[in-house]
Amino acid sequence: MTLVQQLPVLVAVVPLAAAPVALLLRNRHLAFLVVLAASGFAFGASVLLWQQVAGSGPVSYAIGSWPPPWGIEYRVDRLASFFLVLVSGMAALVLSWGRASLEAEIPAGQHYLFYTLFALCLTGLLGIAVSGDAFNIFVFLEISSLSTYVLIAMGRDRRALAASYNYLIMGTIGATFIVIGIGLLYLMTGTLNLADIAARMPAVEGSRPVLAALAFLTVGLSLKMALFPLHQWLPNAYTHAPSVVSSFLAATATKVSVYVLLRFYFEVFGESQVFDRLPLEQVMLCLALAGMFAASAVAIFQTDLKRLFAYSSVGQMGYIILGLSFDSVTGLTATIVHVFNHAITKGAIFMLLGGVALSMGGVTLPRVQGLARVMPLTAFGLVVCGLSLIGVPGTAGFVSKWYLVKAALEGGQWWLVFLVVGSSLLAVIYVWRVVEAAYFHAPRADLVAAVEAPLSMLVPAGLLVAGTVYFGLETTFTVGSAAEAASVLLGVPR
Amino acid sequence: MIGVGQLVLAALLVPTCGAGLIALCHRTPDLRDAVTVATAGLLLWIVAALLPGVLAGDRPALALITVLPGLDLALEVESFGMLFALLASGLWLVTSLYSIGYLRANHELRQTRFHACFALALAATTGLAFAGNLFTLFLFYELLTLVTYPLVTHHGGDEARRAGRTYLGLLMGTSIMLLLPAVVFIAAVAGTTDFRPGGILAGRVDGVALAGLLALCVFGIGKAALMPVHRWLPAAMVAPAPVSALLHAVAVVKAGVFSVVKVLVFTFGIEPLAAAGGSDWLVYVAGFTIMAASLVALNADNLKRRLAYSTVSQLSYVIMSAALLAPLSLIAAVLHIAAHALGKITLFFAAGAIYTASHKTEVSQLDGIGRRMPWTMGAFAVGALSMIGLPPAAGFVSKWYMLSGAMSGPSISGTQWVAVAVIVGSTLLNAGYFLPIIFRAFFRLPVAGDVPAHGEAPWPMVIALTTTATGTILLFFMPGVPLALARQMLGGG
Amino acid sequence: MSLAGHFSYFATISLMIAGLFIVMARGNLIKKLVGLGIFQTSVYLLYVAPGKLIGGTAPIIQEGFAVYANPLPHVLILTAIVVGVATLALGLALVVRIREAYGSIEEDDILAKDRE
Repeated sequence: MTLVQQLPVLVAVVPLAAAPVALLLRNRHLAFLVVLAASGFAFGASVLLWQQVAGSGPVSYAIGSWPPPWGIEYRVDRLASFFLVLVSGMAALVLSWGRASLEAEIPAGQHYLFYTLFALCLTGLLGIAVSGDAFNIFVFLEISSLSTYVLIAMGRDRRALAASYNYLIMGTIGATFIVIGIGLLYLMTGTLNLADIAARMPAVEGSRPVLAALAFLTVGLSLKMALFPLHQWLPNAYTHAPSVVSSFLAATATKVSVYVLLRFYFEVFGESQVFDRLPLEQVMLCLALAGMFAASAVAIFQTDLKRLFAYSSVGQMGYIILGLSFDSVTGLTATIVHVFNHAITKGAIFMLLGGVALSMGGVTLPRVQGLARVMPLTAFGLVVCGLSLIGVPGTAGFVSKWYLVKAALEGGQWWLVFLVVGSSLLAVIYVWRVVEAAYFHAPRADLVAAVEAPLSMLVPAGLLVAGTVYFGLETTFTVGSAAEAASVLLGVPR
Repeated sequence: MIGVGQLVLAALLVPTCGAGLIALCHRTPDLRDAVTVATAGLLLWIVAALLPGVLAGDRPALALITVLPGLDLALEVESFGMLFALLASGLWLVTSLYSIGYLRANHELRQTRFHACFALALAATTGLAFAGNLFTLFLFYELLTLVTYPLVTHHGGDEARRAGRTYLGLLMGTSIMLLLPAVVFIAAVAGTTDFRPGGILAGRVDGVALAGLLALCVFGIGKAALMPVHRWLPAAMVAPAPVSALLHAVAVVKAGVFSVVKVLVFTFGIEPLAAAGGSDWLVYVAGFTIMAASLVALNADNLKRRLAYSTVSQLSYVIMSAALLAPLSLIAAVLHIAAHALGKITLFFAAGAIYTASHKTEVSQLDGIGRRMPWTMGAFAVGALSMIGLPPAAGFVSKWYMLSGAMSGPSISGTQWVAVAVIVGSTLLNAGYFLPIIFRAFFRLPVAGDVPAHGEAPWPMVIALTTTATGTILLFFMPGVPLALARQMLGGG
Repeated sequence: MSLAGHFSYFATISLMIAGLFIVMARGNLIKKLVGLGIFQTSVYLLYVAPGKLIGGTAPIIQEGFAVYANPLPHVLILTAIVVGVATLALGLALVVRIREAYGSIEEDDILAKDRE
């Protein structure tokens, strides 16, 4: 076997191997280099895989050469490769950005631990994307979750500990729900390979344990992806975690859970079972709408910017799930595209906020007054990303919204169109609170001397900000991959 | 030799790059202001270079990128857009001269940001004028809102911030809430958003749905200030006078009515719309806006507020004429965009000049000011005549076509009678709120000793406002080019 | 099937509910973790119980044995136990840190201190 054929497994194993190396090195500079190299490799491998999948169809890899369904299968298809590129790309970018921020927020002695955990977390997220085995997905989910809990607890504030503990409790409940779901599926089908479960599904379709499995998986994954009203853990976790961690989590963690949900819904259970046997279409629709409005409305009243944008993330998750609830290619395209667009937008926002936290010592609204005066580039970046959250044309957010509205129209749900665009107006309000604080006030007397974040932070953040505009105008990669993946998921030939 | 396509692109890039240069020159105000004027001149030259070709029937087009299938970023210069771009770029040159005088005389802060945003606003306006499809138009429409936001809130402080909120909230709110769904719907049913003569919706949407879709578009284009989405316009008057002059008499509001007419003619199509009677309701709404706004203007003492409401009512003339769908009234709509632009910018220039020279803002303070500022008030009088629609000002020509259009056709319908009544009634109201100002300025004695004596405003401002006043009169005698462009728009172009 | 035939499921579900209830109802952070442990353990039962067949032997193919127990659930649950232990350890470590930082492990006290 050539190296290229090993890519599906290497993409997860290399970061996994980097973790103990970083731990043993006990040197923060070397650890940084090792983990950065690992995530860079993962990104390169993901791009190669993406190309390979786009060119010649899904790649299957049998771990230990045990043929599936007996052995664990790693399977990279359009959807998986798309998520791989997103997660590994964000990881590489966040890492290269985060050094200066890390120096300020975490004691130097803990840096190598941070890098170790970061590598583990990345392993987990990438593993979820490549794995074609239900139980293996759970294991990777726990690898990423456990490392995330620790990463959050590294925050300076003691509230980070409480946030981490809460996330641990809720996350574990969610993960256990997922195992219960997987267990029930295993009991009914006798296999753990996703494709194999799907193949045996018709025999047991609609039976009570299978529907229970569906319900357990839905609740567990909803917890993990912070779908309203199961989002309670998220605002505190994002607010009190170190900036690097918030940036990475905001861009990737909840998104990967969406990926798992898509896999289970459309590949394993099949849409007829999900949407006809259980009223999940209506349930998801209601939860999505409630999240879009309630979480965005709560965001308006926040004074801590990290918390404000954390609530905004919960609201944006509403859009992602709304697209899914349409059960159409357009709707699913909207979901997948929005996962990507929101990831880069939110990633950029949290990176910029990290820069602000470094220069101005915090990100509460009173503190960032006059931001435009002292950090003009950062302030401008925040405005651009804010516009993307609103969905102004020319930004990435617009593309997602376009598809959502289109999907609603295709479904003949006129009223939904107005709800979708109406909720964007809430985004206008909370984004503009930030803009007004940044542009209409003089900086606080003690912060007049604050300067722009260092170049090492500005460049990666700037790249992402540019990305939000680029992917708003050039959509071949995002919409192309998403539409392809959506039609594969729904089994509709394009 | 540069191709025509590149010329179109250059019309967008020149002000954008100009804005960058202006920002770079922030340390040397003289150089910066020179760059501003040079950029404006260059843009006007480029746009003017496109004119002969367009008059001869060329339609230079340029496809930039395909954002989504059926959704391109594309530019196409047709006659109506040509006229609008010509108007905006020409008046920008005058305004940049004026604003240099204004900003310096009033010692405004943040002049660099002002000029840079102004240039960006012009880039957005040009893009809007040359938009080849509804999506591109929508993109530039939103951009225009965003880049003019810093101009509206130029003074900073609470009042500006509140005005900014209204401005942004209404314009962005309506465009996202109403226009965006309409654009998506149009793209979904027609498979394209291209502007084509005769529209793209024929046979695809009709009856009530067509009228509803039109309502989404018309109210979604909040910049057209149709009641009840007009509130941003008076609020935006907190901006410095040059901003009000160019943006809220020409670029922004005209971008609104331009988009409405463009959508009416090139997306909906005149014939399908007339057949379905889908725009009758618009005549009534616009007629109401004309009358109501005129009444508010009649009672406003603040000069800029009076002008703002006058703008609201004048914009609805354009919409009402266009909604009548008769060929003559469509020509009237196009002409009125040009005529009102020249007249209203003169009035705003004059208001700014009065403020700069004497710091007066209320109509009741203007007694006898015509003797101290004869040029300014002379120009003001010309602008006012144009607003009322009296010769020898350009407003007369457009109003003539407007009435002819409203009374054209084999038999005059009830809707047309309403339009005629509105035009006549509002003309009286216009006279009612403009003539007293002129009367005060020239025929009343100043209240002795209340303010120190002052003369005219600084010379760049006086030159600017006399230029536009002259333009208003010239357009009365020589309406050839706009008329030709308007006819082209109807005749299959 | 009789009630007794489903005995293992009833046990599983009772433990599940009890564990989840403790997590939600208790304010003491350690007790919450205990609840979480019970909740997770119930899932181990859910997996392992069906693997056992009455009369089944270890899955080694040999003459004379026709019924084998399924070993896979045991393997899976071994992994799950590892995960569970890790979670518990991490949770307890966090509680120690929380006690150092807040001086309490009662949820109400911590919330009250955060509001200050």
